[in-house]
Amino acid sequence: MSLAKRIIPCLDVDNGRVVKGVKFVDIRDAGDPVEIARRYDREGADEITFLDITATHDNRDTIVHVVEQVASEVFIPLTVGGGIRTLEDIRRMLNAGADKVGINSAAVFNPDFVREAAERFGSQCIVVAIDAKKVSQPGEENRWEIFTHGGRKPTGIDAIAWAKKMVDYGAGEILLTSMDRDGTREGFDLPLTRAVSEAVTVPVIASGGVGNLDHLADGIIEGKADAVLAASIFHFAEYTIEQAKQRMASRGVEVRL
Amino acid sequence: MSSVAVIDYGMGNLHSIVKALQHAAPEVDVVCVSDADTILGADRVVFPGVGAIRDCMWALNQSGLSGVIQQVAKSKPLLGICLGMQALLTNSEENNGIQCLDVFAGHVVHFPEALTGSDGNSLKIPHMGWNQVHQLQQHPLWNNIPQDSRFYFVHSYYAQPDDAAVIAATAQYPDAFTCALAQDNIFAVQFHPEKSQAVGLQLLKNFLYWDGQV
Repeated sequence: MSLAKRIIPCLDVDNGRVVKGVKFVDIRDAGDPVEIARRYDREGADEITFLDITATHDNRDTIVHVVEQVASEVFIPLTVGGGIRTLEDIRRMLNAGADKVGINSAAVFNPDFVREAAERFGSQCIVVAIDAKKVSQPGEENRWEIFTHGGRKPTGIDAIAWAKKMVDYGAGEILLTSMDRDGTREGFDLPLTRAVSEAVTVPVIASGGVGNLDHLADGIIEGKADAVLAASIFHFAEYTIEQAKQRMASRGVEVRL
Repeated sequence: MSSVAVIDYGMGNLHSIVKALQHAAPEVDVVCVSDADTILGADRVVFPGVGAIRDCMWALNQSGLSGVIQQVAKSKPLLGICLGMQALLTNSEENNGIQCLDVFAGHVVHFPEALTGSDGNSLKIPHMGWNQVHQLQQHPLWNNIPQDSRFYFVHSYYAQPDDAAVIAATAQYPDAFTCALAQDNIFAVQFHPEKSQAVGLQLLKNFLYWDGQV
């Protein structure tokens, strides 16, 4: 009887539509974000994350409207990531009804931005998103580095050290995505998830690679994550959130049913 | 039409709580205000808050709202949420010690470092997510909310009231801590009813129909 592990469906939003890219190419349309968010709420999602992947600056207002609409009828925590670069970006999202924002590239280019954001708005609403890729060779000790630009650009920064630094700077939560696994449906990178989760004091959300319900439970049990995030397995109604929770419960994970 | 004032003292976004109150009871007039007369003129008052206690108390003291809240606490139904609950205690150990509103005698303390859960894994701070709320007393605000329902929490500090009789509920992390306080016309919760889906909306609805009597 204690804190439940969370299941967080993620909606990749491009110009106001939910899409799912496989390794960021081959983007498929999955529908209207407000409608999908409503469905996830009914099915028992513990939180919802929106990732704005709209490329052009002009269309960035669309995500604000999506969040406003969802926040008016869905009463669970909402996180918005993608393109958060300034304190003003954060303020706009919080005012629209988001509870947390995800900071990704901007943290890499300017770590002090995370500190300023946490001081201004509180650590509870600052999620630092980390895109990591394995760089060690087979036979070597595991090592992962931070990548930016959708996993294309290496930074040379060690993922574990970076996660710890971001917590020192005020991150209230870490959203950890394996760029090796994202879109593959092969399951989370469990050694990566576990290494980061054991290295930091704040909750870690595992992301990237979920292809079936056991992958979600694995992320909690073997990856030691506090929450699991998935997109495509829920969008196309392959599985419902409720089924995911039943499976996790059957494997001994405490969930909110 | 009854009215509820949500106190706006510049700490964080009040969009969620306002929307949730409107959703819970569409017939109630919800206003988001910082002006003392409107707050004192409302039928009920919600005192929300996120962030650090130093900034919260500074804003309340600067604006004169400290006194307004203490007045409300003596006269009409008041609901404190999260930092709005913590600010009702005597003081908080956050930010090297901050004097608070002293509506409830007691202190606000940090979760101990290096907590370990029942599965042997270390427990993360902040305490974030859906935890079970164990009701310790009958109260109109618990109407139609099943015992041990899960509510959404996000916090690193919690209230320790001097008088155990005011504890309305506890949660476990890993030990029991106070997550709701009740005394006369005042109710205060550490969790976020506005983010706790159906049970949260029910609690808000209960508050919006509460006459302040226990």
